[in-house]
Amino acid sequence: MEIFGGIDLGSSYTKCVLINKKHELLASHIVKTSISFQTNAETVLAGCLQQANRNQNEILSICATGVGRSNCSFADFNKPEIICFARGAWHFHPKACIVVDIGGQDNKVIRLSDEGQQLDFKMNRKCAAGTGSFLQEISRKMDLTTEQMNEYAAKSQTPVTIGSFCTVFTATEIIHHIRTGQDINGILRGVFESVVKRILEMDPLAGTVVLTGGAIARNPVLVDIFREKLTHAVFIPPSPQMVGAHGAAILAAETWHREESERHK
Amino acid sequence: MAELQATQKMKTLLKQYFQDFFSLENNQKPKIAWCTSVGPAEVLIAMGYKVYYPENHGAMLGATRLSSDYIPVANAHGYSPDICSYLTADIGSYLRKETPLTKAYGIPSVPPPDILVYSTNQCHEVNDWFNWYARKLKVPCFGIHPPWKIETMDEEKTSYVESQIHQLISLLEEHSGKKMDYDHLGEIVALSGEASKLWRTFLEYGKLKPSPISFFDGCIQMAPAVVLRGSQAAVDYYRELTAEVKALPKDASAVSGEKTRLYWDGMPIWGKLRFFSDLFARLKTCVTVSTYCNSWIFDEFSDLNPVKSMAAGYTKIFINRSENFKEQTLVALSKEFQVDGILFHDAKTCPYNSNSRFAMPERLITNHKIPCLTINGDLNDLRCFSEEQTITSIETFVEQIADSRRRAGA
Repeated sequence: MEIFGGIDLGSSYTKCVLINKKHELLASHIVKTSISFQTNAETVLAGCLQQANRNQNEILSICATGVGRSNCSFADFNKPEIICFARGAWHFHPKACIVVDIGGQDNKVIRLSDEGQQLDFKMNRKCAAGTGSFLQEISRKMDLTTEQMNEYAAKSQTPVTIGSFCTVFTATEIIHHIRTGQDINGILRGVFESVVKRILEMDPLAGTVVLTGGAIARNPVLVDIFREKLTHAVFIPPSPQMVGAHGAAILAAETWHREESERHK
Repeated sequence: MAELQATQKMKTLLKQYFQDFFSLENNQKPKIAWCTSVGPAEVLIAMGYKVYYPENHGAMLGATRLSSDYIPVANAHGYSPDICSYLTADIGSYLRKETPLTKAYGIPSVPPPDILVYSTNQCHEVNDWFNWYARKLKVPCFGIHPPWKIETMDEEKTSYVESQIHQLISLLEEHSGKKMDYDHLGEIVALSGEASKLWRTFLEYGKLKPSPISFFDGCIQMAPAVVLRGSQAAVDYYRELTAEVKALPKDASAVSGEKTRLYWDGMPIWGKLRFFSDLFARLKTCVTVSTYCNSWIFDEFSDLNPVKSMAAGYTKIFINRSENFKEQTLVALSKEFQVDGILFHDAKTCPYNSNSRFAMPERLITNHKIPCLTINGDLNDLRCFSEEQTITSIETFVEQIADSRRRAGA
């Protein structure tokens, strides 16, 4: 069996996906990113191999991606995460679309053509507002789990406006709203709405949107708000957080097959 | 590509230029004027002033990364982190009584000015910058304020700026006690024009495929085009430089194995020139043309009507033009220099030279099918720059261009 691997060494989580030659998922594994990218990569790969009951030497090619992509010694090559998220999203939704990835430290908007060609892309400015880290910071500040934040926010249809661009000032703004007796559910709904607003400030999202990334995977309220705000269809891949790793694995497979056919010419 | 041989000569020329500010002429200190980098320097030179350019100092503070030490000093004195970081770096350096000119050229301080002259043709914050020194050092300050965002240059606009240059000349005559020698001014303007033509010739080698020069060569080689304007030395230097590039083998390339060619719009990120040069070399990408280096091309300069030709030349520069004019220029230059895409540097503290802020990239992508990327950074304030985000963006952009080429079967 031909096996290919993709490893996404993100700022918050490290993800690994193994696929077969048809690009079908064989195994996936995820760990929190710690101080050693290499150790994280080894851990997720070992998790996948165990799950699929395979050995590393059976993998024909591995592509690394994410912020730590050049710190994975056993990868055959690496690609920037935007390329991998685009490829992964296209695998799950092979039509013209706009991929919106909300990652740990950055947001990406990637426009794909009907043929899966990347037409252009945008990244957030050098600021954590509207990223997964923003939600983590609010969760820490309010001493609530992600699940609790979603549970409370889902109960409100009257979001409190969160106006600040800055994560730290947003926390101050939240304290102000709590102090003045605003409904906590509405405050949390407002926090999630502010993430969607930051994305809509990047791009009008005029087309089918494919949502990916850890923030999408862990916060169902975000998906609800996107659906509420957008007039076009919103598509969610089966495992939004693993799309980058899956895309990397597909690129590993495609590159390996291309090189293989060139070798046999 | 190895460093161009002429560069060594430039270092000697620059050393001489800076040391001359502190040399006695007939036992007298030279009269020193400060001037903005695309200001009417020829008038000052013709009146006998030695001309110093604070923006050049700003760039030097950025390139040496001393700006990171000095910007916070100016911030603490009430100069916002959101305003021009040439200004904040330069004022911070002045307040700390330090300058990299001491180490580089052996001079004790920035040359002390007798008069300050600016033009707002490139930037409106130079008014505040120069007037800070005017208050601090109690020296006169004169500003030329050309019309802004010009769509079409015409006689009225030229005359308006020409009259301001004449006002400046009257002030200088009063300040120096000398009358302007217009024949001499013509000679100075002609020398500037000659150097400018040679500078254009150098930059146009970027049209060759592969390109023997890159934006980063331009950032180094532009110094004489700025600080030695109006001198025979600048003409001689660019004559030698262009001859050297012309003599290079036909396949000489600034970036080994050049695969992708880009346009750089906006300011350089001075403290990261090496970072970008290495990144583009790794990606086999050559930045063949830039708005910034083209800013010192003045085709109009003529000794026949020096004041009018300066008024026209200094007013019609790209940065002072309308969005429509800029769009057409970017499209034309992209074709001439055969670029695969345009990289916009949105400099946090330089709104006047960040051309992505009024949806230019969106128009170029939609109307002209030119791939564009905007990166965030700053000319001097490295607090506004993220290496990781920039690497990811540029690697992706180059991949996108390569994929597009593959799909087109090229």
